[in-house]
Amino acid sequence: MESKLRLFKGLSTGIIFGFLLQRGGVTDYNVLVGQLLLEDFTVAKIILTAIVVGMIGIYFLKDRNIIELKPKSGSLRRTISGGLIFGAGFALLGYCPGTIAGAIGQGSIDALIPGLLGIVTGSFLFAAFYEKFSDFIDKNKFKVNTFPELFKINHWKIIIPLSVLIVLFLFWLQSIGF
Amino acid sequence: MNNLIFSGRWSPYLVGSLIGILSWLSFIISKKPLGTSTSYARISSRLGAIFYGDKVYEWKYYKQYKPVLEWQIMLVIGIVIGSFISAVLSGQFSLSFIPLTDFESFLNQNILGRVFSAFAGGILLGFGSRLAGGCTSGHGISGTFQLSIASWISLIAFFVGGVLTALLIL
Repeated sequence: MESKLRLFKGLSTGIIFGFLLQRGGVTDYNVLVGQLLLEDFTVAKIILTAIVVGMIGIYFLKDRNIIELKPKSGSLRRTISGGLIFGAGFALLGYCPGTIAGAIGQGSIDALIPGLLGIVTGSFLFAAFYEKFSDFIDKNKFKVNTFPELFKINHWKIIIPLSVLIVLFLFWLQSIGF
Repeated sequence: MNNLIFSGRWSPYLVGSLIGILSWLSFIISKKPLGTSTSYARISSRLGAIFYGDKVYEWKYYKQYKPVLEWQIMLVIGIVIGSFISAVLSGQFSLSFIPLTDFESFLNQNILGRVFSAFAGGILLGFGSRLAGGCTSGHGISGTFQLSIASWISLIAFFVGGVLTALLIL
């Protein structure tokens, strides 16, 4: 078990995160399903804004050696197939693994009982699948984890144009009435 | 300020920015990106052990992700608490089994249909997030802003799979 201080840090971060998710409306089934039906763009707006703000700050802190990045590794087979399966589950359940915890806090019993039980069951099925097929699953991993390493360019050459693109996209969404 | 605390909904741009700032703090204070789905995998070994015995703890996946109380599980518990506080303050807390929705279907407007859609959806979500290596927060926000290749592909696949399925079933 980790230290009490570390557990406390996790709990406090989670309380703020949960507060923000609820206040943003993304613990609500309608808002999440509305996004997948392309009728409500709250989820996209929150994610894209968080990406821009997060990205600029994180790389600023990294350049000053205040933090260390923890980018995930992966492979095409894992991310594409896992991502599509995840998406199908997201549409059926109407919550994702973070927002389901928020939905529980807001009183959604469908999230607490069948939803949570499903996620835990699905995770267990993956562990069983991994036990048999780990060699196949772990094949062809990306040689590098991030785009700046892949393109061998300075990260700001990606961050700045990407941020501009996202902000323009958000303005455009707003301008067409979403 | 009072208005902000009790208002039902904040602007998505404000919420997104605050989640971005919370991510900086999480990296500085806890040296960890925000994420949630690994917690369910850790817990899942306990459920599996009830049916298949203690041998599941010897599985390769559970050797990597041990069933211990750690930072991220506390974060998930925190989300429940934080959302509860927010919902109570804004008067939105209510116990419900069937979501109130305009997107009506037998999958969400009937108890059996909802138990099926939530449970089956949960299974796909749990399996998919383990295969992809993260969820909407771990890949979709924390991974993408670190410019992780796996996270950008995953985020796009989440939405492609999600939109196609939603249009098909609802």
